Amino acid sequence: MTEEYLKPLEEKTLAEKLFLLRFRVDGVSHLILNKEVCWECDERACLLICPSGVYRWDEGKKEVTVSYEGCLECGACRISCPQGAIDWKNPRGGFGVAYRFG
Amino acid sequence: MSDRYDCIIVGAGPAGITAAYKLAGAGLNVLVFERGEFPGSKNMFGGILYSTILNKLIPEFWKEAPVERHVVRRRYSFLSKDSEAAFDLKFDAFNNPPYNHSFTVLRARFDKWFAKKAEEAGAVIVTDAVVDDFITEGEKVEGVRVRMEGGTVYGDVVICAEGANSLLSEKIGMKKKPDPANMVLGVKEIISLPKGVIEDRFSLEDGEGAALEFFGEALGGEIGSGFIYTNRDTLSVGIGCPISVLKEKGLKSHELIEFFKKHPSVKNFLRGGKIEEYSAHMIPEGGYDALPDLARDGLLLAGDCAGLLNPSLYKEGTNLAMASGVFAADTVIEAREKGDFSKATLEGYVKRLKESFVLKDLKRYRDVPATLHSVPGFFKEYPEGIMELLQGHFTISDKSKEDIHKEIKRLFRDKVSLWRLLRDIYKLRRLIT
Repeated sequence: MTEEYLKPLEEKTLAEKLFLLRFRVDGVSHLILNKEVCWECDERACLLICPSGVYRWDEGKKEVTVSYEGCLECGACRISCPQGAIDWKNPRGGFGVAYRFG
Repeated sequence: MSDRYDCIIVGAGPAGITAAYKLAGAGLNVLVFERGEFPGSKNMFGGILYSTILNKLIPEFWKEAPVERHVVRRRYSFLSKDSEAAFDLKFDAFNNPPYNHSFTVLRARFDKWFAKKAEEAGAVIVTDAVVDDFITEGEKVEGVRVRMEGGTVYGDVVICAEGANSLLSEKIGMKKKPDPANMVLGVKEIISLPKGVIEDRFSLEDGEGAALEFFGEALGGEIGSGFIYTNRDTLSVGIGCPISVLKEKGLKSHELIEFFKKHPSVKNFLRGGKIEEYSAHMIPEGGYDALPDLARDGLLLAGDCAGLLNPSLYKEGTNLAMASGVFAADTVIEAREKGDFSKATLEGYVKRLKESFVLKDLKRYRDVPATLHSVPGFFKEYPEGIMELLQGHFTISDKSKEDIHKEIKRLFRDKVSLWRLLRDIYKLRRLIT
């Protein structure tokens, strides 16, 4: 058994890590952005701060897109947003992420 | 679900459940709302439950609770890019009950068990239930509005234990939106390994646990730390870094945890492991000076939303949360006897917190958050400087020891001025004393 446990820890991308989690996805987003404010924002801390990469800048549409389905509900985006442009609600009861270990 | 209760509690975490357990035990009609599908499903922490309060509530709880391991080994480690200096402590005495009140636990399992205990004591816990608002009548909180059909529920008093993401507490004006410098973002992975491998690797007997903290190059020299805690057949591995630092330095937490796991002094602990879960949570580390209002007419704040966390090296959170749950319950029982749930009576909660280790410790360590931000060298230059000094000292060569000592002293002084070092040591003493 020893050889097997001398190999380096397995590598997983962020997407693969999120795939390990169980999400019950609601039909509507619990994260609402004030898109006009986001468009003008020169910081867009949300893109950086989210541990699951929920926020992306869409260069074509010139807007921040929100993949709320993979939200871990930590709330860091709301704290980090200098504009207060994120209307952060808890997902509907029983929806969102459910940890097995925690 | 009737529409009036003696006490409504928001959140089935350690603070809320402790209050529910006590109040139900005292015969009160208690209703707990939990937004997750089961208590614990939304909860995550680094990994150590400090259990002095729990052991008073449920003596010898470890005989039935899903604890992972009791912590006998603690290791504090400073990393530079390729070296490590560690302080390793192991106490056999911690193998005896009450096991130094330190257990690694996994919250999805532990909180579920704890909530069950409150239910057995008579509390009603409603899951899948998000509280969106308090119902107020003038200044007084009269109940809560739950996002569900007929979700208006009234109570004599509400204990809000909603957690680090304190939406309700902010909405009603008990606190402002937290400052990014006061909120630490923690990301963690659960990595599975056979029990025997963990015990061999961390030099543990059956049931013993280790808590390893890493500073310095663990986070590329930024404020914060990395950790490895041993569970029964998994490791809790993660990092914590203030949101302000992530923002200013342009760092992504999901990249930082990868960086940490690959450090030469970290990676071998994780060999052969399988990643089972990835999670993230905020930690309120603003300390005493960031405390919100804790009581108003018909409302008390407890646990993380109240900012009750000791941000020093001890990093105690759950114990303080449980203590606040006990004090909130005691205060509610007192208010009920008086038939008065006004702010004046509920301030008894604040008094209890002040007289206990909760606010005594928060006050004692009140400068810690600011100090960490004002001594960035603690995480970068000092570990590097000290490591260079030690490496020089321990490198075998045919130079005279006198020449070696002169050389490494010069190297260290180039990096760190002596008066600044002394000043910083003075400042940093509060991290642990």
